[in-house]
Amino acid sequence: MSATPAQKPTLLSIRNIAKTFGRNVVLRDVSLEIAEGEFLTILGESGSGKTTLLRIIAGFETATSGEVWMGAERLDQQPPYRRRVNTVFQNYALFPHLTVEQNVAYGLRVAKRPNAEVEQRVAEALDKVKMTAHARKKPSKISGGQQQRVALARALVNRPNLLLLDEPLSALDANLRRQMQVELKSLQREVGIAFVFVTHDQEEAMVMSDRIALLRSGELEQVATPREIYSRPATAYVAQFIGHTNLLRSEVRDGVARCGALSWRTSTIDGPTLFSLRPEHLRPSSVASNGTVRVTGRVLQQAFHGATSLVRVECADGLVLVMRTSSGTLTAQEVELEFSPADAIPVRESPERS
Amino acid sequence: MFSRAYKTAVTVPPLAWVAVFLLFPYALMFCYSFWSVTPAQTILHSWDLNNYKELLQKSVYWQTLLRSMWIAARVMLFSLLLGYPLAYFLSFYAGKRKDLLYQMVIIPLWVSYLVRAYAWKTILGSDGVLNTLLQYVHLTNHPLDFLLYSPFAVVLTLTHIYTPFTILPIYASLEHIPRNLVEASRDLGATPAQTFWKVIFPLSIPGVVAGATFAFVLSLGDFLAPLLLGGPSGIMISNIVVSLFGAAYNWPLGAAISLGMLVIVISLLFLSEHLEKKWSFS
Repeated sequence: MSATPAQKPTLLSIRNIAKTFGRNVVLRDVSLEIAEGEFLTILGESGSGKTTLLRIIAGFETATSGEVWMGAERLDQQPPYRRRVNTVFQNYALFPHLTVEQNVAYGLRVAKRPNAEVEQRVAEALDKVKMTAHARKKPSKISGGQQQRVALARALVNRPNLLLLDEPLSALDANLRRQMQVELKSLQREVGIAFVFVTHDQEEAMVMSDRIALLRSGELEQVATPREIYSRPATAYVAQFIGHTNLLRSEVRDGVARCGALSWRTSTIDGPTLFSLRPEHLRPSSVASNGTVRVTGRVLQQAFHGATSLVRVECADGLVLVMRTSSGTLTAQEVELEFSPADAIPVRESPERS
Repeated sequence: MFSRAYKTAVTVPPLAWVAVFLLFPYALMFCYSFWSVTPAQTILHSWDLNNYKELLQKSVYWQTLLRSMWIAARVMLFSLLLGYPLAYFLSFYAGKRKDLLYQMVIIPLWVSYLVRAYAWKTILGSDGVLNTLLQYVHLTNHPLDFLLYSPFAVVLTLTHIYTPFTILPIYASLEHIPRNLVEASRDLGATPAQTFWKVIFPLSIPGVVAGATFAFVLSLGDFLAPLLLGGPSGIMISNIVVSLFGAAYNWPLGAAISLGMLVIVISLLFLSEHLEKKWSFS
């Protein structure tokens, strides 16, 4: 697997973007390419700079340095209203004095499109998000989920090249949220417009995206498909942020990694190395398997998660490993665990950044 | 939650205050408006509609009322034209200077009304600052006499005095507009001018209505500015009321005019409240 997106032409190119607010560095040297029709998620904790990056693409913030290109056109010097980019805002930002219909028509009206065209496109857009029945209502008279659909229709009716979504689902409750994730993803496939979706929710990012760009303290940690970012995390931070992991602080010498009592063969070059080992790659050892790394330990805690349980096991030298198991509760106090050396993925350290 | 005694203690004083200083005087005025004055200048408790008939028949009263409304309308218009841009600038562009500029809008309100009216007198008079300047730069060779003792002087002074009253509600309504609506508008392709007329202005209408009401109602009932700066052509309805209650000693007729004014003002307040509700969405 490689980090290059699907074989589609590049739509938007973000080049060496940096942004500081006074002394506060929000983004440093971010470069990112977005392909046509791609669903790219910018994932990060609050304060990681993800919303600032989105606002720079939309034109609400000016980058301190760097450039944004759309094809042959330099975007970052254009005011927001000249960019073929539309945004779905976090709290939807529907115009309260206009009806649902008028909200959706807004972009076409300010562009002075002919009446007949406006009416037709608005009707289509409302139909697409199943809001035709509420066309004449004011935004305050419809629910949050419905406002969400109107905000989508209002942006998509302009047929932008790129749609930006700023945590659009964060205000919805869990059930509606999951439903909207699916709807949003299928809507994106249907319209074929590139989406840049900002969220702090790694599960949401995994479910919806073609690629995930993980931001930490204003820098990109990794840009990859959900599958790749999960199975081959580039840094310790990525491994911990996406799902659970065990970080094994090891010393590699002559093709053998050692971490306390554990040792396994690796192709990593010599020196201190951090390995990420997913809990599901640990299992109670069986006689049949060979070539695995084995370790015994004491069960500290078991947490039931429904289909699986997470078991914390303390090894003899104090190392605590987390194992995911689907075989129900362990009864023994002492367990022997095993994992395949290939599942221990070397990752870069994630140093503290101010 | 609170004891009966406590509730009584906090509700009775304000109610009593309103009753004694507001309702009772109004009731008294209501009675007066049906009474009359004898040639010997005693009040006759006659209970008839003669005062109201006189108001309708004598053109001087309703002409003065119309002039007062015309002056108030101009004050309202100029206050809005001056106040809106300032409130808009304060709310959207003042940045760090916002608080300072806001205080500068408030400070004139601390200066006595009378002082400000007199200040205009010294500016507009025939030996005033303005005329002296105009003659000094030879824009005119004699003092301009329409500046003072005219409806112009009254409109100018009242606009100066009541503009802060229009700025404050407009500013408040602009501050309440979520900024992401402005961003959404720009994002959807609206130019700054389109954003202003399609989003910002409609959402600030409650503030504009409140400000317009302040300026119009306060100007309509004003008597000091016309007294000091209006001259004979700038007389307003309140000056007539003042003279009826004073030198002319015709309290019943004065009370009838006051009640008429009260009806006009209360209707305006109802209209204003209706408009504000119609245009508020939060």
